[in-house]
Amino acid sequence: MPITMKELALEFDKKNPGITQGHRLCPGCGAPITAKFVLMVAKHLGYDPLVGVATGCLEVSTTIYPYTAWSIPYIHNAFENVSATVSGVETASRALKKWGKIPQDKRHAFIAFGGDGGTYDIGLQSLSGAVERGHNFLYVLYDNEGYMNTGNQRSGSTPPGAQTTTAPVGKVIPGKPQLKKNIVEIIAAHENVYAATVSLSDPVDFFNKVEKGLNFQGPAFLAAISPCVRFWRVPESDTVKIARLAVESNYWPLYEVEKGVYRVTRKPKSFKPVEEFLKSQGRFRPLLSRPDADKIVGELQAYVDARWERLLALEEATKDKPIRK
Amino acid sequence: MVTVAEKMRAKQALTGAEAVAHAMRQIEPHVVAAYPITPQTPIVEYFAQFVADGLVKTEMIPVESEHSAMSAVVGAAASGARAMTATSANGLALMHEVVYITASMRLPVVMPVVNRALSGPINIHCDHSDSMAERDSGWIQLYAENNQEAYELTILAVRLAESEEVRLPVMVCLDGFILSHGVEPVEIYPDDQVKNFVGEAKPYYPLLDTSHPVTYGPIDLYDYYFEHKRQQIEGMKGAKRLFPAIAQEFEKAFGKRYDFVERYRTDDADCVIVALGSTNSTIKYAVDWMREEGQKVGLLKLWTFRPFPKEEIRKALDGKKAVVVLDRAASFGAEAPLYEAVKSSLYNAAHRPAMGSYIYGLGGRDIRPEDIRKAADNALKGELNADEQMYLGLRE
Repeated sequence: MPITMKELALEFDKKNPGITQGHRLCPGCGAPITAKFVLMVAKHLGYDPLVGVATGCLEVSTTIYPYTAWSIPYIHNAFENVSATVSGVETASRALKKWGKIPQDKRHAFIAFGGDGGTYDIGLQSLSGAVERGHNFLYVLYDNEGYMNTGNQRSGSTPPGAQTTTAPVGKVIPGKPQLKKNIVEIIAAHENVYAATVSLSDPVDFFNKVEKGLNFQGPAFLAAISPCVRFWRVPESDTVKIARLAVESNYWPLYEVEKGVYRVTRKPKSFKPVEEFLKSQGRFRPLLSRPDADKIVGELQAYVDARWERLLALEEATKDKPIRK
Repeated sequence: MVTVAEKMRAKQALTGAEAVAHAMRQIEPHVVAAYPITPQTPIVEYFAQFVADGLVKTEMIPVESEHSAMSAVVGAAASGARAMTATSANGLALMHEVVYITASMRLPVVMPVVNRALSGPINIHCDHSDSMAERDSGWIQLYAENNQEAYELTILAVRLAESEEVRLPVMVCLDGFILSHGVEPVEIYPDDQVKNFVGEAKPYYPLLDTSHPVTYGPIDLYDYYFEHKRQQIEGMKGAKRLFPAIAQEFEKAFGKRYDFVERYRTDDADCVIVALGSTNSTIKYAVDWMREEGQKVGLLKLWTFRPFPKEEIRKALDGKKAVVVLDRAASFGAEAPLYEAVKSSLYNAAHRPAMGSYIYGLGGRDIRPEDIRKAADNALKGELNADEQMYLGLRE
């Protein structure tokens, strides 16, 4: 049963989704909202959530010793190994149930949070291994498209032309030339997995996917677009607005892949131009002021359009054809 | 009363790897996460077969790397499970980051390390460069002379690691190929006796106790990090304090006596050789040989390298004419690691012996009784220079 907004509002009203106020993330940061959305749904569904967090903003800002913003069990190990760490926790729970140390009916939800550095790049092997082994866990990527914790360096998720300190827009080079990796498809290619994109701007879609991911027998993966107010150069109040623009411009299409079956969960009649999404953020200003801006923006628009066509075709082609039972 | 004949009957011809796998079977950890690497591979293979055959209830995580092996073990141990892994050389190096984290989280993980030369150049044979690279990681390090010891130390290590005063991980080091693949008679103790000795794991602040939520691995800056490191130092002191009591219990249960060091014909020795691992057997042979010829040579074998048994070493070596330390690892630009530590232990000796440092056996180079004899002969002739790095079995 999909969760209603009313039920969620009641859950939120308890003010204890697992991560509490007092953390030191920037005002307007997308990461804690993402974490709250996920944990509220988990609690609402009757799960006892445990979280692992990869090194990154969400980690350093919520657990400055001797304080912690987490009112649920939490483990941070290192940057690249949150998936392996959580797979250890999940396995321990199965083992201890076998030994009778934990009640059989205990419903833990094992949730890993990682930024794009810890997911697309340094943590990809650990994530791939854990997904391939089929651990029952939900991995939540808060994608702020760069190494924001260390001060805005390029990642495998940074879009072309976004200003970063390691792929800056210069006099000769117009910033990062490569497109983002398609992380959802990389994970979906593990086949026995539920993988989806979500956006803070579409909470009901987000909640439904958290529910699907948690109830999925095996690994699940959610990629949440998570604006970074600091390095996307946007006002603190605009986080959700920017996330919405990402969806409305089709920069961040909302879809899911369950055992190879694609389903587009949001199909508007028309999309805004990607340029609107780019123009909303200061990180693209150096690019947009270049004489070759139109060419680069045009290429990104062509990619976004082609990806959408492909996504619709995949939805059609994979309908009722799961690759795994 | 168990007769010698009965004891001999109980012995099986086992490789070190199989003996260690049997220790793991008897310990029956809740979780084992491991990745194969030569020469550790047979440990994982034997154990995987035990799991497949239902001889243990252990949940095995066949991870995609050693980094993930240690990471998963951290997750499992923090959850309240007894968790183990095993590795060698480059696998240990790949774990390195998490090896430190395991110790800092005070997770009592036991890990057999099958000693192998660290790349590069790539080599699969024995030396101690891999475990020496982890000597400052905060892990207890035990070294086995033979397969029986590798088996027994793995069992003993569980108790040491999990003691409240210690709560530190332990590496049980056994020499690659020489022990891991070499067959020796090994006495495997009855399962119930081993289970009785290791007891049930008592979790401290387990993650899975969701009614008492805890935060593992917070960011710890200049205002507390230092104190936490001090606590690790105290934990290692706890291991030093507690080891004799656990060794005594082990002796009571199985009749084998462990200590920080083993003194072999040292009492009246003029020259004492110090070493780690399987070479100690070769040294014992060389000592007996030289003794037959009337030369007063002895051996000081170290079972524990971390905590380093400074007092015991000083007690054994103070007043000796000469001490020769054999290292199966180099520390480029400094003295070899075991030599440096033994030498430093003798700083406050009443009568400091002459000292000599030999590096031997890198990359699995064989060490022969003749080599050891040569080192002892030089020492007895008074030809030691404490500042000179010497080598055994090396072409110049």
